[in-house]
Amino acid sequence: MKKVQLRIWRQRSQNDAGKFSEHNVDYEDDMSLLEVLDILAESLIKKGEEPFVYDFDCREGICGSCGLVINGVPHGPLKGTTTCQLHMRHFNGIASITLEPWRAAAFPLIRDLVVDRSAYDKIMSAGGYISVDTGGTPDANCLPISKTHADKAFDYAACIGCGACVAACKNSAAHLFVGAKLAQYAVLPQGQPERLRRVIAMTEKMDELGFGTCSNEGECEAVCPKEIKTEVIAMMNRDYIKAMLFGA
Amino acid sequence: MILDGKVPSGPLAEKWDLHKFNMKLVSPANRRKYDVIVVGTGLAGASAAASLGEMGYNVKAFTILDSPRRSHSIAAQGGINAAKNYKNDGDSVYRLFYDTIKGGDYRAREANVYRLAQVSVNIIDQCVAQGVPFAREYGGMLENRSFGGAQVSRTFYARGATGQQLLLGAYSVLMRQVQKKSVELHTRTELLDIVVIEGRARGIIARDLLTGELSRHTADAVLLCTGGYANLYYLSTNAGNSNVTAAWRATKRGAFFGNPCYVQIHPTCIPMSGEHQAKLTLMSESLRNDGRVWVPKETGDPRRADKIPEEDRDYYLERRYPTFGNLVPRDVASRNAKMVCDEGRGVGPSKLAVYLDFTDSMNRLGVDVIKDRYGNLFDMYERITGEDPYTVPMRIYPAPHYAMGGLWVDYNLMTTIPGLFCLGEANFSDHGANRLGASALMQGLADGYFVAPYTTANYLASTPKKPITTSHPAFDEAEKEVVERMTRLLAVKGSKTVTEFHRQLGKLMWDKVGISRNESDLGQALIEIKALREEFWKDVKIVGKAEDLNRDLEHAMRVADYLEFAEMLATDAKNRRESCGSHLRDENVTEDGEALRNDQDFAYVAAWEFKGVGVEPVMHKEPLTFENVEMKQRNYK
Ligand SMILES: Cc1cc2nc3c(=O)[nH]c(=O)nc-3n(C[C@H](O)[C@H](O)[C@H](O)COP(=O)(O)OP(=O)(O)OC[C@H]3O[C@@H](n4cnc5c(N)ncnc54)[C@H](O)[C@@H]3O)c2cc1C
Ligand code: FES
Repeated sequence: MKKVQLRIWRQRSQNDAGKFSEHNVDYEDDMSLLEVLDILAESLIKKGEEPFVYDFDCREGICGSCGLVINGVPHGPLKGTTTCQLHMRHFNGIASITLEPWRAAAFPLIRDLVVDRSAYDKIMSAGGYISVDTGGTPDANCLPISKTHADKAFDYAACIGCGACVAACKNSAAHLFVGAKLAQYAVLPQGQPERLRRVIAMTEKMDELGFGTCSNEGECEAVCPKEIKTEVIAMMNRDYIKAMLFGA
Repeated sequence: MILDGKVPSGPLAEKWDLHKFNMKLVSPANRRKYDVIVVGTGLAGASAAASLGEMGYNVKAFTILDSPRRSHSIAAQGGINAAKNYKNDGDSVYRLFYDTIKGGDYRAREANVYRLAQVSVNIIDQCVAQGVPFAREYGGMLENRSFGGAQVSRTFYARGATGQQLLLGAYSVLMRQVQKKSVELHTRTELLDIVVIEGRARGIIARDLLTGELSRHTADAVLLCTGGYANLYYLSTNAGNSNVTAAWRATKRGAFFGNPCYVQIHPTCIPMSGEHQAKLTLMSESLRNDGRVWVPKETGDPRRADKIPEEDRDYYLERRYPTFGNLVPRDVASRNAKMVCDEGRGVGPSKLAVYLDFTDSMNRLGVDVIKDRYGNLFDMYERITGEDPYTVPMRIYPAPHYAMGGLWVDYNLMTTIPGLFCLGEANFSDHGANRLGASALMQGLADGYFVAPYTTANYLASTPKKPITTSHPAFDEAEKEVVERMTRLLAVKGSKTVTEFHRQLGKLMWDKVGISRNESDLGQALIEIKALREEFWKDVKIVGKAEDLNRDLEHAMRVADYLEFAEMLATDAKNRRESCGSHLRDENVTEDGEALRNDQDFAYVAAWEFKGVGVEPVMHKEPLTFENVEMKQRNYK
């Protein structure tokens, strides 16, 4: 067993003041960070204390539920990795780990390490889709799509909607998230009919919900667990200008 | 009681078309007068809610998670089957139907499975239209691969994240309906009871997971799409929030539970590394295409894998099953892995693992080919275990993965409570006693896009419309029961945590109601489950209160339901004295120890009626008749 100090952000609600609580815990290298939190939370329950809350579901890096700012970095030290995929060995025997929630005006705090990311759903419902009803679609192979475009579309569609990009950005901009969705549809023929309408609808919603503006620092790309590239933001900006010039 | 699956008459291939024609419709102008509740927003729920919304019904959709996009369907890696025959390799609707029936070991309903195979082709069209980025060939056509031992290539995939891409497609069309206000979305909200009025499902009681506030919702029909219950075993490939609660509360309100004992154990998971472990990670079974499974011949061999010479290794799958070798079906691979570990020949620190060794394929094909095929899986393995599978053989172990059992439904996907439908993994499904790879995604989307929208409409059109309000006494009563249960749980103030109970239940179920089962273990399990449940209600320690965000209480309610449901599962397992699908009964094996099915006595669906906690449930049978396929004993020797 090794020892580490955990500094965990505790805050009852958005309107309460928050502070760190400090805990010295034992761990093994092959434990995941979330398992260390599980053990700590369970030990607090044993003592009759209400444990800190943190979100997770799949623990496989795909659902996007988890997400902590770990020693100042969303999702922690390992590139291309979500919080749930971090194992203690990835911290190389560090003495102290500080855990905080995503901090962004558009993601109000719920409690402790949990924030409200429903703004992402709202952006999606504003236009993050191809308008197609169930039934009456043509045979899937009627529409050949080059492998290059299909692969690109997948790269963009890999976004898990975790919100790390917003958390990393000093302006709390959601451009990487929105850009990735737009780019997925922009490289596919199915996405063309609504392409310009979509960029207007999603970006307007994004602004309305209080996400910031992009100043091209690239912090989002650096923390994205799916390694989505800022090229999607450039694509988004081009389409936005087109839509403004020629109408959606 | 003999259950009627309500299979329509007519030849197998025409049943669904005839039925669609015969079913009643709700005229477009009337649809907005009907309220439909969809619980769960995974593949089954999101696709159903979106489709019903598009048709014009008033839909309310609920999920525990903070967004529909996080539902556990997101984690499916491998692919989705469809009888497109794009590869011209002899696939057809009939062949997919046949493979699924046979793979399920002749314990599924023919007509449902045939319909599933029929609509499978529409699913792919639908998803492509939504912009799902399936893998493509250079010519621009969709790519397919063969999966799970099928002899044809019918599996469509999106790299290693097929479930994610399908769910994001369904989520996108769902969000479009949310925008149009035809679907009202309730996230972080958990169903805690179903309200039955005059014998029909008329609403639900739900709890806001952020405030603890209870709410009442009326409806003309309720669709449960709440996923599977494999994490009853604590360690499984399922997500932290997976549960049996919705299905179990429905069972307590009178829905029958079909084949609860059928749980699929997946052979290729990363073994557990210690007590702290919260879940087991699945590794695609495609690994078995190039990896060789082995353990040392001697029990307790202390040597490192690379120090054990060829003659001291037992490639037990190749030895026992020369024809299929490492590619035997999931159940056979899982059972044999557990067997060699039980003999003391397991490897790794826990001794609960077998090697999956790529040395030979790397020598034969080169490291680059292996890297190209499995690079991301190898990386994932290394991230979790800290071992490099290019130099040290992988260690794998079986883990509970998928529930074939679920609420019993008829051909229309309706449970025994009129107006209560069940879709996706939550129903007892089309997979019989064993599910084939890439068929769960297909079933979830078939149910949600192409079956339930029609059959729900038929139900609504043929049921007299009776308005109700949430002040109906049945709502009062259901809410009161929910409150009482929470109050009782919080009042226990014992000494053991919910997780301790969950872990203990899981271990007990894995040991005695796991891969191989026998009469005496099952009898013992029933006694132990009951004792554990009693202990739980006397000694569980839950902090916080009901009128607040309280994760501990959420978990406690789910574990409380598992502790009741586990008894039904074990009872079903005890009743099924045959080796079938995913499970071996030690008493029912051939001379050389292989599974022996008993069609004479067990060719039926066991649908269980709840009679009270701790009271033995009553079984109802739905006999299975096979008019189109001949029942054969599986043989992989
Ligand atoms: C790791 C893994 C890999 C897999 N790979 C494949 C594959 O390659 N191919 C394949 O075909 N299948 C695969 N499967 C199986 C397949 O993914 C699932 O069977 C399928 O996605 C289940 O979909 P569903 O819609 O029924 O349920 P889920 O996607 O599990 O959704 C359940 C929904 O119900 C909600 N819910 C549950 N209970 C409640 C409640 N009480 N109140 C409110 N909401 C509730 C949840 O929040 C969620 O929204 C895999 C499964 C796992 C675990
Ligand atoms: S818990 Fe799902 S991505 Fe981390």
